[in-house]
Amino acid sequence: MADVTLVEAVNMALAHEMAANEDVVVLGEDIATNGGVFRATVGLKDRFGFKRVMDTPLAENLIAGTAVGMATQGLRPVAEFQFMGFIYAGMEQIISHAARMRNRTRGRLSCPVVFRAPFGGGIHAPEHHSESTEALFAHIPGLRVVIPSSPKRAYGLLLASIRNNDPVVFLEPKRLYRAVTQSVEDDGEALPLDTCFTLREGSDVTLISWGASIAETLEAADALAEQGVSAEVIDVATISPLDRETLLCSVAKTGRCVIVHEACRNVGVGAEIAASIAEAAFLDLQAPVVRVTGYDTIMPYARNEMAYLPQVADIVEAVEQVIAL
Amino acid sequence: MKDRYAFHVDSIAYLDESGDALGDLPEWSDDRDTILDAYRHMVLTRTFDNKTIALQRTGQCGTYPSVLGHETIGTAIGQTLAKDDVLVPYYRDHAAQLLRGVTLTEMLLYWGGDERGSAYAHCPEDLPVAVPISTQCCHAVGVGASFRIRDQKRAVLCSLGDGATSKGDFLESVNLAGAWHLPVVFIVTNNQWAISTPRHLQTGAETIAQKAISGGLPGIICDGNDYFAVRHALMHALERARTGKGGSVIEAVTYRLGDHTTADDATRYRPAEELKQAWEREGVKRLQSWLHHQGLWDSDREQALQVSCRNQVDKAVEAYLATGPQPPTAMFDHLFETLPAALAGQYERLQRREVKHG
Ligand SMILES: Cc1ncc(C[n+]2csc(CCOP(=O)(O)OP(=O)(O)O)c2C)c(N)n1
Ligand SMILES: [Mg+2]
Repeated sequence: MADVTLVEAVNMALAHEMAANEDVVVLGEDIATNGGVFRATVGLKDRFGFKRVMDTPLAENLIAGTAVGMATQGLRPVAEFQFMGFIYAGMEQIISHAARMRNRTRGRLSCPVVFRAPFGGGIHAPEHHSESTEALFAHIPGLRVVIPSSPKRAYGLLLASIRNNDPVVFLEPKRLYRAVTQSVEDDGEALPLDTCFTLREGSDVTLISWGASIAETLEAADALAEQGVSAEVIDVATISPLDRETLLCSVAKTGRCVIVHEACRNVGVGAEIAASIAEAAFLDLQAPVVRVTGYDTIMPYARNEMAYLPQVADIVEAVEQVIAL
Repeated sequence: MKDRYAFHVDSIAYLDESGDALGDLPEWSDDRDTILDAYRHMVLTRTFDNKTIALQRTGQCGTYPSVLGHETIGTAIGQTLAKDDVLVPYYRDHAAQLLRGVTLTEMLLYWGGDERGSAYAHCPEDLPVAVPISTQCCHAVGVGASFRIRDQKRAVLCSLGDGATSKGDFLESVNLAGAWHLPVVFIVTNNQWAISTPRHLQTGAETIAQKAISGGLPGIICDGNDYFAVRHALMHALERARTGKGGSVIEAVTYRLGDHTTADDATRYRPAEELKQAWEREGVKRLQSWLHHQGLWDSDREQALQVSCRNQVDKAVEAYLATGPQPPTAMFDHLFETLPAALAGQYERLQRREVKHG
C-alpha cells in the first residue's frame, strides 16, 4: 500500500485499468510526454506507448468528439480536459452525442467515455481556471457526474467510471490534488457509483457536500463537535444521478440539513438536493434546509478568490442558524 | 487530370541570424528613429518579463506567461497598428499591448489576479486577453464585420499561437473573413510549442500560413525574429485590409525561449540543444547587432537603456504592489450594468461577512 495524493490516485487508477484492459486509451492536451499539466497521466506513455496515450492537437471539441467515435468502436477512452474552464468547446459532443448515443440507437451503440477535468478554485490561477460548473453537466440526462474528494475515492470511483458502460464526467477537485495523502491499495477494487458516502455519522444535523468543499465541511464538523453538535457528513460523490435515498434517510434522522458547495448558488446541485428533501422529507425537517455556496457572480480572480469560497466559519454559522430553530 | 488549384506560400526575411541584411531593406527602414524605438521597446518588454517572473517566484504575482522570444513580433504589431485599428490580443502579446497603451501596472494587476488589469485606461477599443485559446478569433471577425457594416476604413489585428490554429475558432474565423471579405489580419506566433505539444503534432500541414488558403485568404510566412520582416508583412497586410482588399494570415516563426508559464517546466519535454540553437536566432540581439552595424548603437547607449528600463519597470511594480485588492463586493460591481434586485441580499451578506471574518 502506498501513501498517495489524490492526483497520484488518479494516475494509479488509469495505469491499473490500462494494464487490465487494452481497450482503455487516454487522450488530451499535453498528457503523453509531459504527463499532463497536473501530472495525472505521468508515466503512462512510457508504459503503454503513444498509440494508447495520445497528445491531441489543441481542440476540445475534437477531444470530446474523437472519444465518442472511439467509444462507438468499443474502446474505453479517458479524455482529459486540461481545466474545466476549457471543456465548453466540447459540450456539443458531450451533450448532443455522448449522452445520447445509447438512447438514439436503442442500445446498439454506447458511449463508455470518461471525460476528466480538474475543477474548482483555491490555487491562485488565472481567469477560467477556478470555476465549479458541475451543475451544467448534472442537468444533462444520460450523463453521470462523479466527483471524488479523497485519494481513495479518486482511485475507486475512477476505476468504476472507466468500467461503466455509459459516459461519465469525472471532475477532480484540484485544490485537493496534493492537499493530503492517504494509503491506497492498487488492488483494482472499484467503489460504487450512484451512491453517496457517509463520511461521518451524527445525529443533530446533516452536512451534505462534494469535491473540495468536503475539506471545509469536515473541519466544520470538528468545530461543531467541540460545541457539542453532532454532525453527519455526507459526500455525494455522484451528483447525477443522485442517491436521494441516503440523503433522505440521514435527514430523517437528524431533522436538519446544510448543503455546502463551492459553485454559485443559482440552480446549483444544492438546489436539486434541497428540493428533493422538501418533496420527500418535509415532515422530518425541524428547520429549513440551508445552503452555503459561492456567490452568483463571476468567480473573482486570484486576489479575491478566497472571499468567494465557502469557509469553515460560514458552515458553522449556517449550522448554528438551523440548530437555533 | 487538370490542375484545378495550386497554392503557394511566400516567406520573407531581411536579416540573417547575426543581424546582417540579406539584401535591400524595405524603404521604410530609412526611418531610423522608429527602429531605435522598436529596439528600446523590446528591451523594456524583456526587462518587464524578467521582473515579473521574479515577482511570481517570490509569491507577489500569479501564474505568468513569459514573453521571452516574442518581443519582436509584439513590437512590430504595436508599431504597425494605427490608433483606430483594433488589437485582439492573446496572452503573450505584452509587447504589442504596451505600445497600444496598456500600462505595465495594468499588466501586473492582470497577472497578479486583479480584474482591474483589463480595464485599460488608454486603449478603449482593444479587446482584453481571452484565456480560452483561439476564442478571440471569432471576436476579431465580429469587429471586422462591424467596420464593414459601417463603411469604416479600419483594420483588426487578431493574434494567436500555433496551438490555437488547431481549433475551429481560428478556421471558422478565417473562413468568414474570406467569405465576407473582412479587414482582419491574423498573426500566428508559431513558437514551435503549445505547452509540451510540438508544432508537428498540431497539424500535418507543412506550414500554418497555408491554413489561410482554405478560407480564401492569402497566407505568408515571416521570420518572427526579424523585426524588418514582421513589420513589413504587417504593414502590407494591414494596408490591404484597410483599403478593402480583405484579410490575410501571417505566420511569424519564432521560438518560445522560456517555459510555457511560470507553472511549467519545459525541461520535462524539450531538448536543451533545441533551446540553445534558438537563442542564436533570437530577435532582440539580432536587431541590436544591426543597429551596431549601422553605427546607431553602442555599449554606453545600451547601458543607459538598461538603467532606464529598470527604472520604468520598478516604478510600475511599486505602483502595483501599492494597489491593494478590491473589496470582495467588487465581484458584484460589474456583473451587470446595475445590480439586479435578486442579488442585493447576497451583496449585503458578503458585506457583512467581510466585517465578520476579515
Ligand atoms: C481552450 C483552451 N484549451 C486549453 C487551454 C490551456 N492552454 C493554455 S496555453 C495552451 C497552449 C497554447 O499554445 P499556443 O497557441 O501555441 O500559444 P503559446 O502558448 O505557445 O504562445 C494551452 C493548451 C486554454 N487556455 N484554452
Ligand atoms: Mg505556441
